[in-house]
Amino acid sequence: MNTEVSIAGITFKNPVMTASGTFGSGMEYGEFIDLSALGGVVTKGVSATPWEGNPTPRVCETPSGMLNAIGLQNPGAELFIKRDLPFLRQYDTRVIVNVCGHTEEEYVDAIELLNDTSADMFEINISCPNVKEGGIAFGTNAKSVESITKRLKAVSKKPVIMKLSPNVTDIAEMARAAESGGADAVSLINTLMGMKIDIEKRKPFLANRTGGLSGPAIRPVAVNMVYRTAKAVKIPVIGMGGITSGEDALEFLMAGATCVCVGTANFREPYSTIRTVVGIEKYMRNHEIEDIHELIGCVD
Amino acid sequence: MNIIRQRMTVVSNDCLQPGIFSMWLKNRAITELAKPGQFIDFYLKDPSRLLPRPISICEIDRENDRVRIVFRVAGAGTDEIAHLDPGDTIEAVGPLGNGYKPQNDGAVLLVGGGIGIPPLLELAKQLKCKKTVVLGYRDENTFLADEFRQYADVLIATEDGSVGTKGFVTDCIEQNDVEANYVYSCGPMPMLKNVAKMAQEAGIPAYVSLEERMACGIGACLGCIVKTKEKDSHTNVKNARICTEGPVFLADTLDW
Ligand SMILES: Cc1cc2nc3c(=O)[nH]c(=O)nc-3n(C[C@H](O)[C@H](O)[C@H](O)COP(=O)(O)OP(=O)(O)OC[C@H]3O[C@@H](n4cnc5c(N)ncnc54)[C@H](O)[C@@H]3O)c2cc1C
Ligand SMILES: Cc1cc2nc3c(=O)[nH]c(=O)nc-3n(C[C@H](O)[C@H](O)[C@H](O)COP(=O)(O)O)c2cc1C
Ligand code: FES
Repeated sequence: MNTEVSIAGITFKNPVMTASGTFGSGMEYGEFIDLSALGGVVTKGVSATPWEGNPTPRVCETPSGMLNAIGLQNPGAELFIKRDLPFLRQYDTRVIVNVCGHTEEEYVDAIELLNDTSADMFEINISCPNVKEGGIAFGTNAKSVESITKRLKAVSKKPVIMKLSPNVTDIAEMARAAESGGADAVSLINTLMGMKIDIEKRKPFLANRTGGLSGPAIRPVAVNMVYRTAKAVKIPVIGMGGITSGEDALEFLMAGATCVCVGTANFREPYSTIRTVVGIEKYMRNHEIEDIHELIGCVD
Repeated sequence: MNIIRQRMTVVSNDCLQPGIFSMWLKNRAITELAKPGQFIDFYLKDPSRLLPRPISICEIDRENDRVRIVFRVAGAGTDEIAHLDPGDTIEAVGPLGNGYKPQNDGAVLLVGGGIGIPPLLELAKQLKCKKTVVLGYRDENTFLADEFRQYADVLIATEDGSVGTKGFVTDCIEQNDVEANYVYSCGPMPMLKNVAKMAQEAGIPAYVSLEERMACGIGACLGCIVKTKEKDSHTNVKNARICTEGPVFLADTLDW
């Protein structure tokens, strides 16, 4: 049975990775699972300098989902390279570093710092709904998606995945713009902008007022966006949004995703990533599928 | 492995007063590691409620492989837990957080307010020195007070004056001239702030236990931070994770 997939010439032993920001740099969930069993680990967003993030409350639960407004708090590239990357490199798994910035220059700075490390790829977050500058500002206009992709591709020594926002009229258009800019792959979806109000306090629950919705609640939206995007571009698509199991992941693969990421599900079940790997294999055995590529994009 | 994910079996579940439950849960691995001031994340059966519910450890009974929690029904999640019967099991991850570091020299003051009282019980039991416990309640429903009396001198403050000092725990401490070398405290934020201020004025260290909205509970999501005065070594910014570096902090290290 073959579960190996590849993106930009880099192979993954299976298509299951972690979703950025839900898995730190692997250390915490590494207490529960063997990271070497995963196709890859996508790290929390890393910027050139340390970021403080937003005030609290930063998270709240919603039906079958949650809102977060962490604000991309991170220790900065230097400490990440010194501490987190070597930790991840102990495992036989691909390491994708998620990169964030407030300005184009900051993305460039982060990539330059990370270029000569052992990271396998970069995932560029142009879709965070929780920071005022940067993040989503770059990801909601096709022209700016294309131009930032071009700029970062010129700087990067590693394959570049552009992470797309669902908070747009047509995500396939953004994917095409990333493809024109030279992206090696696109990943989607980042969180959907949302809000929850505490009716007793008559205030938003989150200090940031709004946050990004994730978890099973967004899964059908994500599957549809992955489906439409996979039809629109030739580069590989990495799918995510509410995946908790092999069955959920298979929907994304059949919709056209080459890889999938498991995010919020980790909070409910620390073994979610492994369960997803095992679930996909079980389906393949039960349905006598020899090669996972028979499933990828099999839905018309 | 310092964090265990296993099912815990409900040994008993008693209602202490309307809306407040005391539950003993059996699990050897979690009990063996448990320290006072740590907490356990409980996972709900309802699949639409994704996030685990953090509840503090109130007592540890190593002989019988069980820990006790005392909690208030605050919403649907704690309501589900309150409906568990002896023999039922619940998915748990723990013990989490750093817990209190018991200091056994001199005199210690323990200050608890409301649902912040339970986590101090095991600490009161374990401390070997002279100890005074000050408990703050809203009214005459003074849950756990008698249990604290087994281990320490207990003073009570109630907001409505029905028992002990009328007012807050800080009023009670002042009126009774309580002397101490260390303070341990858990309760609502305004209370913790006042206790920390009192301790600072008296020039003694105060350990406070904080609460924040959490998602992962194990340090991965950065949902639960508190502002600190110095750069935290894990986050590399002036934010510490309450679920991991806390929930107990030396009050002086926080940027209140
Ligand atoms: C470290 C720690 C220790 C705690 N120890 C205790 C304890 O010993 N006894 C006790 O009664 N309560 C304790 N709490 C508070 C307890 O976690 C909440 O009351 C509980 O999560 C409420 O869940 P719910 O579904 O009933 O309420 P809902 O309001 O429906 O919960 C919705 C969401 O908000 C979160 N939430 C709601 N209130 C709080 C709160 N005060 N703190 C953190 N998250 C909250 C829930 O976890 C859930 O994700 C502790 C909290 C923390 C952070
Ligand atoms: C707490 C939290 C933090 C996140 N941080 C990041 C981040 O730093 N960078 C990023 O590109 N996406 C981030 N995301 C988005 C996820 O990677 C993912 O796109 C989204 O949550 C949908 O997947 P899920 O439903 O499986 O969680 C974060 C999501 C959550 C819940
Ligand atoms: S709850 Fe996730 S870091 Fe504390």
